[in-house]
Order: sequence, then structure tokens, then C-alpha cells
Amino acid sequence: MAKLTMAQALNQALGQALEADERVIVLGEDVGRDGGVFRITDGLIDRFGAERVIDTPLAESGIVGTSVGLAMGGMRPVAEIQFFGFIYETMDQIASQAARVRFRSMGRFSAPLVIRTPYGGGVKAPEIHSDSLEALFVHTPGIKVVTPSNPYDAKGLLLAAIDDPDPVLFLEPMRLYRAFRDEVPEEPYRVPLGVANVVRAGRDITLIGWGASMPVVLQAADELVARHDVVPEVVDLRTLSPLDESTIIQSVQRTQRAVVVHEAVRSAGLGAEVAALIQERALLYLEAPVGRVSGYDTPYPMTMFEDLWLPDATQVVSAALAALRF
Amino acid sequence: MPMQAGSMEEQFPLIQRLNEDGELVGELGIVDEQGLVDVYRSMVMLRRFDERAWNLQRQGVIGTYAPFKGQEAAQLGAAYGLGARDWLVPTYRDWAACWARGVPLEHGLFFAKGHPRMGAVPEEARVFPAQVVIAAQTLHGVGLAWSLKLRREAAAALVTFGDGAASQGDTHEAMNFGSVFGVPLIFFCENNHWAISVPLERQMRSETVAQRALAYGMEGFRVDGNDYVAVVNLVHDLAERARRGEGPFLVEAVTYRLGAHTTADDPTKYRASDEEQRWEQRDPIRRLERFLLGRGLLDDAGIAEAEEAALQEVEATLERFRQALEEDPAVLFDHVYAELTPQLAAQRDRFVARAKEVEH
Repeated sequence: MAKLTMAQALNQALGQALEADERVIVLGEDVGRDGGVFRITDGLIDRFGAERVIDTPLAESGIVGTSVGLAMGGMRPVAEIQFFGFIYETMDQIASQAARVRFRSMGRFSAPLVIRTPYGGGVKAPEIHSDSLEALFVHTPGIKVVTPSNPYDAKGLLLAAIDDPDPVLFLEPMRLYRAFRDEVPEEPYRVPLGVANVVRAGRDITLIGWGASMPVVLQAADELVARHDVVPEVVDLRTLSPLDESTIIQSVQRTQRAVVVHEAVRSAGLGAEVAALIQERALLYLEAPVGRVSGYDTPYPMTMFEDLWLPDATQVVSAALAALRF
Repeated sequence: MPMQAGSMEEQFPLIQRLNEDGELVGELGIVDEQGLVDVYRSMVMLRRFDERAWNLQRQGVIGTYAPFKGQEAAQLGAAYGLGARDWLVPTYRDWAACWARGVPLEHGLFFAKGHPRMGAVPEEARVFPAQVVIAAQTLHGVGLAWSLKLRREAAAALVTFGDGAASQGDTHEAMNFGSVFGVPLIFFCENNHWAISVPLERQMRSETVAQRALAYGMEGFRVDGNDYVAVVNLVHDLAERARRGEGPFLVEAVTYRLGAHTTADDPTKYRASDEEQRWEQRDPIRRLERFLLGRGLLDDAGIAEAEEAALQEVEATLERFRQALEEDPAVLFDHVYAELTPQLAAQRDRFVARAKEVEH
């Protein structure tokens, strides 16, 4: 089995989707000849031609809005928004259009499109290139939100997202694109949407994360085991909407403590939703308040201070120990 | 460089075949005289429906309604100019066009009622659900037409929008995308001169909407939107050309919103009644009526008969609307996703329980 980076796994998934279904097209800014600014679509134009791997004019609302029409017209567009921070340019076409097609037509129409976009910090990118805005879309009925944290999941989740009959926002943690390699099977496979992954079984506390935060969570878990004799259970949500509530609740009922970790700003982040959910459904199991480790309620800082701003493993360890000593 | 006065209006002359007095100033083209009698009868019915919908809002039967009074010729011309396999991508003011493409008229009432079925277009009708967000549908029209092209389907699409929408970014992105990818689409602007309270001259400095086609490298046309004969012939020709791969095209149908923006609007606050009176002289129905009377295709008895048939059809529409009000509120949960998520399943149960409580 080949060891691939997340970038390679995503590229392989796109190629296999284009190969398997002629309704699938890939469109976005620089996705053709250039292969995308992160090279995720590298080589696809040579294999599938410019009619199916499409360099679009530079207009985000145009990319998603035409994808809605393409999807309603029977295609399976996979659109790329170059950076998640630019998503506001096409907010209406996602939240008020794509997400509502099925609902407002009672199923007469649907919009099975995938919007791929790199997100998250830590790569010294310019302003507005590093934001984690997932909560906006988890708060939007009608669209699914998915984010892989490793190459294996990246391929399987993307193929499942392209198959899905509903619109899917597919968030790619840009600092994980080439951070490490995984064994990735050559043949196409699916990682089902809506199912969280218990990455490590544990007993003392549940650490919950997703996407770009997972390496931080896993590093914290290693430290807790090695230095504090704490065995955490680690849950990677993978699909943020719809949330796999039962995996979260079952884990917390076992461990009786939880810390949620995300890179996004703190207030009204997805961590708040997870904490609310746990107190609603597992209050009497809890031995401590649900902890949150997150970004701060500032605009995402630019390069100079981003390392200080981003959650790190030390903060996760501290939050876990605080919960254990509560 | 100062623009020459009248230059764009000359470059995009108003296409007309039936003038304000109901005189034929061009050829009938694809329409025949008997067909025009049917169109006249349809327009009368649609006008009566539109008036009735206004009254239903006043009676509290439906919520906010956006009347299309005055735009019947533009809408029917656009709808009937298309071929059987072509698609319509409409706005919330296009119930006449939707009806002509196979969407029952009660959908206009569903829309104003907030009925879940408002966008549940019949399977056989090639019509998108009516759009609320100004200009969002222009991009959907491009995408849809693009899908027809990619699937090698010999069909075109027509997307409607207003003069207000011509200012939106989505419209400009749509025209640019549509043109770059050469999609089989007609951008059909119903220029009714008012975007709620803002008149056309404050909406744009260009003399015409049609001239914007130049900027996007496509052909633009300005047509008398109250002249059914001109509109239907133009759309018919352009749809055929679009299907041959010559699209997209921009059509500016010059018309007038004879009524208010919606039932929540009072146009006496912002526009002069003499302007309205001037446009009433150009009423598309009156124009067609004069033509048909002059040709002996219609007489007083025929007019009375058209009115009678219109009332019956409107009553039948209302009856279908009333019957549809027996809707299970739980359907709200059934089409958010293709499959009910665990969260929505639980919330649906609570909602159903609450509905039962409220009933008792």
C-alpha cells in the first residue's frame, strides 16, 4: 500500500471520482493548468480535459452559484474555493441557495455539489487566508460539513462527499496537506459521513477535535499518557454537520470528562455546541465542566503572532488536567 | 470621453411588432391570429388572478404577494418563445411565465402563503423554483445551461431578472461566466423601471440594460416588453440560436410594473400617477385587444366570454389552493437532507408532539 500525503490522497480521490462518473466536474480558480494553488487538482486537466477540469473566472459567488445550477441540472460539480476566508463572497449561494434547494422544492430538486476549501492557520499565509469558519455552516441547515485530519480519511470522506445527494462543504486543513503520510489504499473506498472516529480508546477523559486540531490533540494525548499517567479517549468528529452525537455521548459517559479543541474563535464556536450537547445528554455522568481549548475572539492574527494564538498541546494537557483535578 | 446622446439607444433599438395602438408594425412571425386570441384570453385570466391574489392578501388569506400586472406580455412572450425541452429559471414575480411553462398558478399563492409546496414544481415542468434573493438565480441559470451543454442536450434556458437585479454582483458574474463558457442561455431582463422605490435612472447610468451585453462579449437586444408578438418572436429566435451553441444572449424587455412592488408597498409615496397613466396606455392586454378587435378576431361577446372563462379558472385555482392547505407541518423536516439526520428525527418528533398539543 502506498504512503500518501493528504494532498496526494485528495488528488487521487478526485481522479477516481472523475473517472467513475462523467457527471463529476472540477471547477475553481487555477484548478486547471496550475493544478490549484495547493496542487490538489494537479494533472487532472491532462487526464480529463478542460471541459471537466475547469479554470473559472475569479469570482467566488460565480463558482458556487453556477455549481448550484449545474447540480440542479444533473451534474456533480466539485467546486474549489481557493481559501476558506473568501467564503463570505459566496455566502448567499451556499447558505441561502445550495443548502435550501431540496427544502424549498420539497425534494423536486437537489444540489449535490461539493465545495472544497483549504482552511486553518499555521502556514504563514496572508490576511484572511487562515480562518476557521466551520461554525457558520454547522449553523446552516441543509448543508453537510466535513473535515478530514489525515490522508486516509481525506480520500474516503471526499469520495463519500461526492456521492452524497446533498451539498457538502469539505474543509481541508492546509497545514496537514503535506505534514505526514498515511497508508492509503489505491482502490476507491468511502468513509461514511456523519460518523466520528474514536482514534484512541481511553478511560480518563474524552478529547474531542477535528481537522487541523487533531495533531495537537494527539500530541496532547501522548503527553498525558507519558507524563501524567492519564489515558484519554480521542474522538475525531470528521463530520461536523450532522454531528455524530451518540459517539460523543457514549464516550463521555464512559470517561466522565471532556475537553473540546478547535482552532476557530471561541464564542459560539462548535465547541460550545458540543459542550451544550454533553450537559444535555450526560450531565449526571460528568465529574467536571466540559473544557474548551480554542482560538481567541479576535480576528485571526497574521503571521507574526499566529503560533502564539493557535491552540497547542500544552494548553490541551492543562485543560485535561484541570478537568481531572476538578 | 463624453458619451454621445442616444448612441446606445440607437445601437440597441427598441424592437416592436405591435405598437401601442394595437397596429401591426412588423410581421406576426411564429404566431398566428388564432393563437393570439388564446394568448389574449390567457393574459386576461392572469390579470384577474393577479388582482385576486392582491385581494387575498388584504383578506389575510395569504402573506406578502408581488404582483406582475403589466408584465404579462413580457412573461408570456418569454415562456412561449422557448421550446418544449427548454428551461425557465424565474423570480418571485414571474407567475405568468411559470404558469405558461406548466407550473399551476396556485404556486404563486403557495409562495405568498409560505406553503412548503411553493417550489415543488411538477416533474414534467422544466422550471426552477421561483427565486427570492435578487439575482441569485442568474448564476443558477448559467449553471443549468452549462449542464445542458456538457450533457450535449439540445435545449436552452432562459433566466429572468429585473432592472434592480441588473445592479447585483451575481448578475455580472453570471453574464461573465455565461459568456466565457458559451452556455445556451437567454438572460431576460424584465425592465419594469422600478426596484421597489428606486427608479431606473438611479439604478444605473447606462442608457439601456441591453448595452451591458457589449461588456461581456455577447449580443444584446432591447424589445418592447408590452408587445407579446415582438417578445415571443425574439425569444424563439434566440432560443434556437442558443441551442445551436451561439449563446448566451441578453434581452432587455422594456415594460412597467403597473402595480406596487408587493402588497406591503405603496407606490404613491415615490412615483407620480401621470407616469402610471402613461404606461396604462401601453398596457399589453389593451394593445392585444385592440389588434384583435381591429382584425375582427374578437368582439364584445368574445371579451365577455374571456372574462367569464378567466373568473372560472381563477376560482378553480383558488379551490386547488384551499385544498392544499391541509398539509402536515412535519414535512418541514423531511426535505432538509435526502435522509433525516438523527438530530432532525428527534426534533421532528418533538415538533409533532407540540403540534398535537397546540391542536388540543
